Amino acid sequence: METGTVNSDIIREENLVYRKSRVLTDNIMHYCPGCGHGTTHRIIAEVIEELDIQEEVIGIAPVGCSVLAYNYLDIDMQEAAHGRAPALATAIKRLMPSKYVFTYQGDGDLAAIGTSETIHSANRGENITIVFINNGIYGMTGGQMAPTTLEGMKSSTSPYGREVSLMGHPLKITDLVARLPGSYFVTRQAVHTPANVRKTKKAIRTAFELQREKKGMTFVEVLSNCNSGWKMTPVQANKWMVENMFPFFPLGDIKVNGELVSK
Amino acid sequence: MAKVKGDIVVEIERCKGCEVCLDACPTKMIAMSPDVNSKGYHYMHKIKDDCIGCANCAIVCPDGVITVYKVKIG
Repeated sequence: METGTVNSDIIREENLVYRKSRVLTDNIMHYCPGCGHGTTHRIIAEVIEELDIQEEVIGIAPVGCSVLAYNYLDIDMQEAAHGRAPALATAIKRLMPSKYVFTYQGDGDLAAIGTSETIHSANRGENITIVFINNGIYGMTGGQMAPTTLEGMKSSTSPYGREVSLMGHPLKITDLVARLPGSYFVTRQAVHTPANVRKTKKAIRTAFELQREKKGMTFVEVLSNCNSGWKMTPVQANKWMVENMFPFFPLGDIKVNGELVSK
Repeated sequence: MAKVKGDIVVEIERCKGCEVCLDACPTKMIAMSPDVNSKGYHYMHKIKDDCIGCANCAIVCPDGVITVYKVKIG
């Protein structure tokens, strides 16, 4: 097999294009191969490094797959009880208004047990950023049905697919948050291609910048695969996400500058 | 237009072999190694010298294992 050679004249510090952010620790992430959590952690770290706010940012880790997020982000972080991250973020932001406060939550945390905290903190217009990872499933506990599970989507507790008459409709919580007067910037992005990763990074950066301007709640939903929960390879899972999740959860800005974006 | 040449360095031990980077590479100069790292994952490696330093692979990598370099030639 042909193998590439190491070009010592190219691999030099002055030619550097991309390196893992120093805000990300060297710990190997526990996430499954190909999981969108890793990519999202990485771009949050990059945004923090680019804005030079490593000392001024406080993150709230949720319960779910990303419960150990504080092992990977080299910033001040606090663990919240299940679903209570926005409540904790509210307290921290009110006590320390000069800090950047963000929560990092999955759909089980934010859209199921923590719906109340999410809706009320958005309605109060808390000046915090919420990063919401939506993979349509409870990843950590073994792929059970979540509020965001699509109609007809198989999970370990809906093995024949989600039946709406029995199990209810999937919840578009991001659209709910966008309709509340306290939210200022609400967007839905994904991290499966380089272009989408760049857009998501820009959205997270915008969210932090708006938080600095005290504009209200900023909310970034990131659609992610859950290849273990969906029983697919990472590449298949990304393809499945594009074909099945994007029609129901369309990508793009939902609320910009406090105004709903008309579709 | 100046020609661009790039190169990548992969942290083999951190790679989990998810293969998400393979689709992202415009010149298809990376592939999975037949060898595995200490965790048993087939890691990503270079198979050709066609790298243009676009950093697409590094940007989609969930584990941040890829470092990218680029120089302009001519």
